[in-house]
Amino acid sequence: MSLLIGSVIIGLILALLALGLFISFRIFNFPDITAEGSFTFGAATGAALIVAGVNPLLACLVAFLAGMVAGAVTGMIHTRFKINPLLAGILVMTALYSVNLHVMGKSNMPLLNETTVFTWIENFSVWISGADAKTNLIGWEVAVKDLWLLLFCLVIIVFFCYLLWWFFKTNIGTAMRATGDNDQMIRALGVNTKSMIVAGVALSNGFIALAGAMLAQYQGFADVQMGIGMMVWGLASVIIGEAIINDNSLGFVIAGAVIGSVLFRLLVAIALRWGLNPNDLKIITALFVFIALILPGLMKNKKKFTFKRKAHA
Amino acid sequence: MLKIENIKKTFNPGTANEVKALQGITIEVEERSFVCVLGTNGSGKSTALNAVAGSFMVDEGTITLDGVNITRWSEHKRARYIGRVFQNPFSGTAPDMSIQENLALALKRGQKRGFGWGLPRHVVEEFKKMVTPLNMGLEERLENPIGKLSGGQRQALTLLMSTAIKPKLLLLDEHTAALDPKTANKVIDLTQQVIARDKLTTLMVTHSMQQAVNLGDRIIMMHQGKVAYDFKGEDKKRLKVNDLLKLFDELRRKDNIDPAVTTLLEQYYV
Repeated sequence: MSLLIGSVIIGLILALLALGLFISFRIFNFPDITAEGSFTFGAATGAALIVAGVNPLLACLVAFLAGMVAGAVTGMIHTRFKINPLLAGILVMTALYSVNLHVMGKSNMPLLNETTVFTWIENFSVWISGADAKTNLIGWEVAVKDLWLLLFCLVIIVFFCYLLWWFFKTNIGTAMRATGDNDQMIRALGVNTKSMIVAGVALSNGFIALAGAMLAQYQGFADVQMGIGMMVWGLASVIIGEAIINDNSLGFVIAGAVIGSVLFRLLVAIALRWGLNPNDLKIITALFVFIALILPGLMKNKKKFTFKRKAHA
Repeated sequence: MLKIENIKKTFNPGTANEVKALQGITIEVEERSFVCVLGTNGSGKSTALNAVAGSFMVDEGTITLDGVNITRWSEHKRARYIGRVFQNPFSGTAPDMSIQENLALALKRGQKRGFGWGLPRHVVEEFKKMVTPLNMGLEERLENPIGKLSGGQRQALTLLMSTAIKPKLLLLDEHTAALDPKTANKVIDLTQQVIARDKLTTLMVTHSMQQAVNLGDRIIMMHQGKVAYDFKGEDKKRLKVNDLLKLFDELRRKDNIDPAVTTLLEQYYV
């Protein structure tokens, strides 16, 4: 059970990643692979600051800003120099690899003995109900500590979801959504679409970097490799969310990304428990996203095909 | 009001695909004037309109709007003063967003967009009043995405959106060309109403000579990137579709002898 709770917590943390990819991929139609670099960038920045004795919340904030800078660079490369979005992302992602090594000074930075946001919560739990307290949750015995961590992550995610929903309903947020929807139209209404893209990709990578910083604190280390495959992972979450919610309104899509992230993490945990080779995880994720991407098109073709046959008969 | 002075534009210069789209156009449009721009395919009529809108920067010449030189202004900056309706009904609206959100975006044309709520409740009531006269039943569907609407409904909305804040200049780029005749007439009626109501200065590109004859107070006929004819006042009122057809024939006849022969003649006599 504590394994499942752990999965849900990681799912909630990675929901920030899913929200980031939702912004770039769904709102701006910008396949932003910077995510893989900025995820690690956030983790590295957060970890390095925490090791240096900085308040972990402040470290998270700086990680968020660091991600925004990375995203802004990608956005700038794309808009100012008219470089293909994918290539712009790859350039920044590659450059970030070196940056991350410099930030951490090594390829792996342990945080187990440091004070993180999560140690605060654990201490709080100990203060409230004593060390090693257990409780009964629908017939399972679980550590109270885990439940507090879960609640904390849930509150954080709900807060950020609300923030994002609110932002995309403001004047500037609405203009951002229109930029992704029809840039010609919104330019004719006086919006600088280039700055909208830069700001949007920056925001997206801020969320992704924050996810990295939170995950590093939860799992107790930052690693220069931890961003690999994260973009596809986030996309999988967004796609699962869309499939489950099946409603296009903004609030539902945002909630869907979170639900998708948690579900995907749970599915992976269960698959691993059943003996899936962890080495196969990435190829399965990639295949999953591939299928999810082509499925709508295939279903449409199928419909046309049956329709034609009927017409023929 | 609008002064276009000797603007030139060559696309893909120095390549096999070089197109001299605008070859020195000068047009002055008075305030509250409604100008129809006619021309053959490739005559540069839409290009001229896009040059004014700022879709690209002209190579030479200046564009002045209400005394302000906007030649080097970006497209979004010009949008402060210019309202636009496009030929393609898909271009003027954001399909995945609701009707009311699109209208709300239009209400902020050219203004600073901050963190204020994008869709205040009192504005929605306003929108209902705006779309009711269209008689398209849109007032009941304000929350529906625009992507579900027909081309005519979209163009009508785009027209409302481009004039939601009174623009100094309204640019219409064959905005009925993609519509069926009945819908096109409806949109044209609406166009006339809006222009008359707000006393707008308008530049309308059209391929329909009937429209050009019926509408506006001036006809500019373009050919090969230049202004070929310009009719104002009484001349314009007297002009009939047949007259325009004759002029087009004349231009075409000139074309047939034009390119090769003129270069030959130039070689001999210039």
